[in-house]
Amino acid sequence: MQSAAAQAILPEVTRQFSRKRLFAFGSVVAVLGYLVYVFFAFDILGLNERARWDNANVLVADFWSYKTHVVRQNRTGDIKIAIEGENKGTWPEGKSPDWVERQGDRVEIDLGEGHRVFYEGKTDALYRFPGYGDILLGMEGRRVKLTTPDGQIPDWINASNTRVAITTDQGRLTFTRAKTEVFHYEPGWELFFFTLDSPFYGRSFGELVGLAFSSERVVPERSNIGAMWHDFWHNKMWHHAEVFGAIFETVLMAFLGTMTAALVALPMAFMAATNFSPFMLVRQFFRRIFDFARGVDALIWTIVLSRAFGPGPMTGALAIALTDSGSFGKMFSEALENVDNKQIDGVSSTGAHPLQRYRFGVIPQVMPVLLSQILYYLESNTRSATIIGAITGGGIGLLITQAMYTQKDWEEVCYYIILIVLMVMAMDSFSGWLRRKLIKGKESGLA
Amino acid sequence: MSDFAAPRANSIEEGYLELMRKKRLYGGLTLLIFVLLMVSGFLLADSRNAGGFWDGLSHLLDFPSSVLSEASEKISLLPGIMWKVLPLLIETLNIAAVSTLVGGLAAVVLALLSTRGLAPWPWAIPFFRRCMDLMRAFPEIVIALVLIFILGGGPVPAMIAIAFHTSGALGKLFSEVAENADLKPVEGLSSVGASWMQRMWLGVLPQVMPNWMSYALLRFEINIRASAILGFVGSGGIGYELKIAMQWGQGRYDEVVAIFIVLFLTIVLVDQISSHLRQRLVKGS
Repeated sequence: MQSAAAQAILPEVTRQFSRKRLFAFGSVVAVLGYLVYVFFAFDILGLNERARWDNANVLVADFWSYKTHVVRQNRTGDIKIAIEGENKGTWPEGKSPDWVERQGDRVEIDLGEGHRVFYEGKTDALYRFPGYGDILLGMEGRRVKLTTPDGQIPDWINASNTRVAITTDQGRLTFTRAKTEVFHYEPGWELFFFTLDSPFYGRSFGELVGLAFSSERVVPERSNIGAMWHDFWHNKMWHHAEVFGAIFETVLMAFLGTMTAALVALPMAFMAATNFSPFMLVRQFFRRIFDFARGVDALIWTIVLSRAFGPGPMTGALAIALTDSGSFGKMFSEALENVDNKQIDGVSSTGAHPLQRYRFGVIPQVMPVLLSQILYYLESNTRSATIIGAITGGGIGLLITQAMYTQKDWEEVCYYIILIVLMVMAMDSFSGWLRRKLIKGKESGLA
Repeated sequence: MSDFAAPRANSIEEGYLELMRKKRLYGGLTLLIFVLLMVSGFLLADSRNAGGFWDGLSHLLDFPSSVLSEASEKISLLPGIMWKVLPLLIETLNIAAVSTLVGGLAAVVLALLSTRGLAPWPWAIPFFRRCMDLMRAFPEIVIALVLIFILGGGPVPAMIAIAFHTSGALGKLFSEVAENADLKPVEGLSSVGASWMQRMWLGVLPQVMPNWMSYALLRFEINIRASAILGFVGSGGIGYELKIAMQWGQGRYDEVVAIFIVLFLTIVLVDQISSHLRQRLVKGS
């Protein structure tokens, strides 16, 4: 009996199976075919040619290390030692890092692993490469003269009549008629806490803690802790105060934008919900407004608004508010359509007027849903505010795009990236915490 | 008995009123703090903005009206421009589609590796979860700009950036869905000696697929917007063309309008199709 029934449905089942299998196979083929199309449309093959792997090296090296330039002007013999070659990072006259030794016009630079560079006189230089020998550099008339121990030029030396560059794992030396320059690489982010002009530069952590609790003032007008904080916060290389100001601006944009959107969307959502708004035309009108606000998209809103309000956090907040009021309006009205009418009937049976009915019959029901959506958007808007800040010019988004367009201060880019990721994760856990707290509180309040 | 009830009811009423007073006080305080935060926030944001709010409000329509007036003069050119930017629109859509596909596939792997009961290495669940948190936290623009520096312009940096973020965001949602999956088919499969791959493929995927597809479609909508924005900030697709037209300014506003219209229509259309599909997927399950 059973087997007869099984026999009867067997062809149908087999057909369904083969159709499903064909469908699965077909969708895999479609996806693969699409990927092949994109492979050619995006010119993935040409990517390797266009890619600048030397840029990648620069970027990675900059992320975790810094370089100090030791420069001699070959005409005057002046020596300048500067971190990243910047004025703000120049070592004061008479002071030098411990790997540079100066005696008159003779300078000895220890690059580590036995590599040494000597500057002598106004124009002579010598690179000592262990296991290879001394490479001599000097001027011969108007030409640069290079002398290697074996008379050959290895591939890590790039030489012409006007310029010689020696690049090794330990550092880099360039020699031209105008100047001799050595780059020395060291791990870490230079001057992150204190710049060279601060009295706290170069002190160990223990020393700093000792100073913090000592009553002897390093800077007469401030207490030691205050002076340390001042020197750190107003660091001329890293601008911590501005950076944290920008982070705050970004969070402010997200907060103001999200909350404004929610406040605007809530009354409009009532007008768009089937069970609260009896007139079809009114409902349709508000729904189309929501669709329009969402469809126009943050990019276009941001462009239009930044023309009127100029760059800054207010523009970003308004752009977020406009886009999200559409999304909130749609979600809120859906939540309102799902409310239980019994509670509203109960409230109105006690003679409550319409406003009281909303306050005590509707809001307590939808509040958990609305709050959790608002908080979810708050977190996601922190990320959007970074991008919107890059377009309008405000907050951390502006700082990071500026640092990237100059294409040199990659350690600052790395610093900003870390701060942005920490900011987003902090907002994520904050909104998650608040959501659990508020919604649990509501549930226990109901029970 | 009624002698006892009256004082008890009284004390309950008092307690209730006390509780209500407290609740109202806390509610009022929260509201006050919120209002203060909003007002001071707006004042601060206004003071740090280049143009003031009230000043800007009167100029709000200047840009749209100048753009629209120029576009209305050249209205006959608009269809031609729209046709011209169509390949760029397709590139933007391709970036969104590929990054949703690639990110979605990565998300499937990440989700299965970080779901209790399904993960092949349960001790590694926290590690994969942190990975997804980190991937979600990276704004796309950061990755895109770094990659543009290395890979040069074009759609690939934006695609990688969006895919990276997508795999973190979808991975979390996928894993939440998979957590609710019925484990009985998995147990049945393992009792007949199925490998981990077979258990996932035959036991879990059929259960979670409708919901996963629905989330992926929603993500596709988001990614179209993201891909347009990344084009504007970085390179590739219709966003980049929009930026160039904007920088050109007066004289190319017809192109700005054409791109706005095309972008708006695409977003609305994809939203409609995807919400229709999503409703069918979730109802069908």
